[in-house]
Amino acid sequence: MEQKLDYLRETASQTAGPYVHIGLAPGAAGFDIYRQELGWDIAGPNAGGERIRVEGLVMDGMGSPVKDVLLEVWQANSKGIYAHPEGGGEVEDGFRGWGRVITDFETGEWGFDTVKPGPIVPRGKLTSGVARKVQDTHPDWQGRSSERFAPMAPHLNLWIVARGINIGLNTRMYFEDEAEANASDPVLNLIEWENRRATLIAKRQERDGKPVYRFDIRLQGENETVFFDI
Amino acid sequence: MKPAEFYQRDRRLQPPALTPDYKTSVARSPRYSMISLQNSLSEITGPVFGHSDIDPIDNDLIKNYAKDGDPVGERIIVHGRVLDENARPVPNTMVEIWQANAGGRYRHKKDTYLAPIDPNFGGCGRTLTDENGYYFFRTIKPGAYPWRNWVNNWRPAHIHVSVFGTGFVQRLITQLYFEGDPLIPICPIVKTIPDPDAIQQLIAKLDMNATIPLDSIAYKFDIVLRGRRSTLFENRLEGN
Repeated sequence: MEQKLDYLRETASQTAGPYVHIGLAPGAAGFDIYRQELGWDIAGPNAGGERIRVEGLVMDGMGSPVKDVLLEVWQANSKGIYAHPEGGGEVEDGFRGWGRVITDFETGEWGFDTVKPGPIVPRGKLTSGVARKVQDTHPDWQGRSSERFAPMAPHLNLWIVARGINIGLNTRMYFEDEAEANASDPVLNLIEWENRRATLIAKRQERDGKPVYRFDIRLQGENETVFFDI
Repeated sequence: MKPAEFYQRDRRLQPPALTPDYKTSVARSPRYSMISLQNSLSEITGPVFGHSDIDPIDNDLIKNYAKDGDPVGERIIVHGRVLDENARPVPNTMVEIWQANAGGRYRHKKDTYLAPIDPNFGGCGRTLTDENGYYFFRTIKPGAYPWRNWVNNWRPAHIHVSVFGTGFVQRLITQLYFEGDPLIPICPIVKTIPDPDAIQQLIAKLDMNATIPLDSIAYKFDIVLRGRRSTLFENRLEGN
């Protein structure tokens, strides 16, 4: 018999179910228990960059709003740096880059206030070990360097859980007014169907002089949002 | 550690999006394939939490919502480690749980099941793993409850578990089940998982060694998050 690989296996996912708010947003479930709930302040008062609001709906395959969704956002600051030890540098004091929002139980609308992120360093630089050596030296890989080393356009990373969603769905939100950066974004360009790329681009509006980006997520059917296996 | 990618998620063990026996998944599952995305800085980083974010009592569901006494039900300890696929502990990571009370009723304005609310039980908790990836909660064993799927479906007793890890790719929500529960093999949500071993991995085992005599029964539940590549063939082996 062959040798065994002794890796552990990832714990299987299960749906967050209808009562996800109890655990992750108990105030919305109708009771106060924690000194502070997590994820309500994404950028903090010191963060530089443009203050924006992001809003949207999550719709199911019938086109109905999903009213029990929980979304998490993970984003860089206006300089493209993540609030993480490997995030590429220092962020403003109080900038967290992570947020958690739920939908309104009646309408399904969700939204959060944050700052617009900057462009992010390329993904190819992460490759390590054998793969890195091969890519750096083997001629077949040289032609791909533009894809590997192009900076990523400003984006928000989103993670969506709800009843009926067995494993959290990952997607990205890009910005309509970053057309040039979006056109060279290595992730958007991975999507073979150009018309599907538009499902990841939020529309910019103004409300009371403040920029509001509208980002509707369609889980299924016409204009189905692109989801990533990350 | 030098920035490196995580191992790809093994979709053969994870539940697919469309699992018709769990009816809600039918209209909430994408029809197109996911686009596979090599990790970038956006995926390998993720939120960092500290002790200032939470209070020490947050992991004690017997006390964290007690108003005029302790909640009713089987007193249990749920404990274990958060590890990655390389069997390395994941320290200082946030673990959050939520659950129904002993009668299967959630403290949620949308839950209208006729079993009563327990005035001394909230049903949520959170904690950070220690430097060895260890965590524990004290709580009440939740009851089974009915749900509108088929006419007569009952969820096994379960605790919802949410874990972060160090990168956004490791983000995971799952459910903990209890050893020996006969509702487990007939639950359409459990059966969204195609791999029988992966189901077994969600079943917390009675742990007599951690049980506190005359006080609380213990169950052990280890959580495995995605592992991360090492930097091979460089001067220094990192992480291994």
